[in-house]
Amino acid sequence: MWAFIHKLGSPKWFYGISAKLQPWFWAAAALLLVTGTLWGLAFAPADYQQGNSFRIIYVHVPAAFLAQSIFISMAISGLVFMVWKIKVADMAAAVMAPLGAGMTFVALFSGAVWGVPTWGTWWMWDARLTSMLILLFLYLGVIALRGAFTSRDSASRAASVLAMVGVINIPIIKYSVDWWYTLHQPATFTLTSRPTMPTEMWLPLAIMVLGFYSFFIALTLMRTRSEILRRESNKRWVQELVVGQVEEKR
Amino acid sequence: MAFASFAEFLAMGGHAPYVWSAWGVTALLLLLIVWHARVEHRQLINGVKRRVRRERARSTSAAPQNAAQFNSVEGGMRDDA
Repeated sequence: MWAFIHKLGSPKWFYGISAKLQPWFWAAAALLLVTGTLWGLAFAPADYQQGNSFRIIYVHVPAAFLAQSIFISMAISGLVFMVWKIKVADMAAAVMAPLGAGMTFVALFSGAVWGVPTWGTWWMWDARLTSMLILLFLYLGVIALRGAFTSRDSASRAASVLAMVGVINIPIIKYSVDWWYTLHQPATFTLTSRPTMPTEMWLPLAIMVLGFYSFFIALTLMRTRSEILRRESNKRWVQELVVGQVEEKR
Repeated sequence: MAFASFAEFLAMGGHAPYVWSAWGVTALLLLLIVWHARVEHRQLINGVKRRVRRERARSTSAAPQNAAQFNSVEGGMRDDA
């Protein structure tokens, strides 16, 4: 177990293994997202109350799931970095933040657009909406904090601490719809009970959710590799690998 | 198929502006993210290549010069002392 963690923590090993895993996650993401999009946009039946505006669910819910999962992943990576000084964990956390911010933005934007025909308003200071806005600010804070230090190690530690503290917001987002039921409806999807939607509505949603998660994994692998190149460009193995690639292509 | 025609599909039962803006922004963002990640990776690879080239050029052509500089530094130090 320990040997595995240390191997995983070695940038060189990670660079190699992620190159092998990456294409599978990209392929899965492309397949799932295309299937989910066609199914959700064209084939799923319209909602009997909301009509076709309900199709926004197929981008709104996956983005909102991912926005929260990425923050948790970032906090765990931060913890791993702080406790075991594993640099790859910090690199992964660094590349996760912008995608997390993007997904939070998508969740908020699609929710606002959906709110107009459904609730008659694009924004209200509802608990779910407000806690998601706080999540966006936490992401922006983590990103800004990384840029605010001249020392990379200080920046990494500050960002890790903010991620670990900010993760408190995640259960608040999750339970906000139950604690303060004002505007946003409670969870459509839970792991413990059967979905209340008909199969031809929730199956494309499940496909989209899996597609978004695959996209997240693929992108994180790819950008962590880029981050390794950025931070370790003075290392011999990086130089040999990159120059070796050139010679292979010739 | 939930729609009878392509025009109906585009109209989204009158919800076209909402559905298409939410989906459009999401799709655009995902595509931009992928494009950025590709450009970033390529630029970093090229950066490492340039660095290796620069260092090789320096280590092959500048070996005697290095020795000269080293002497001059030493000389400077002796002057100071």
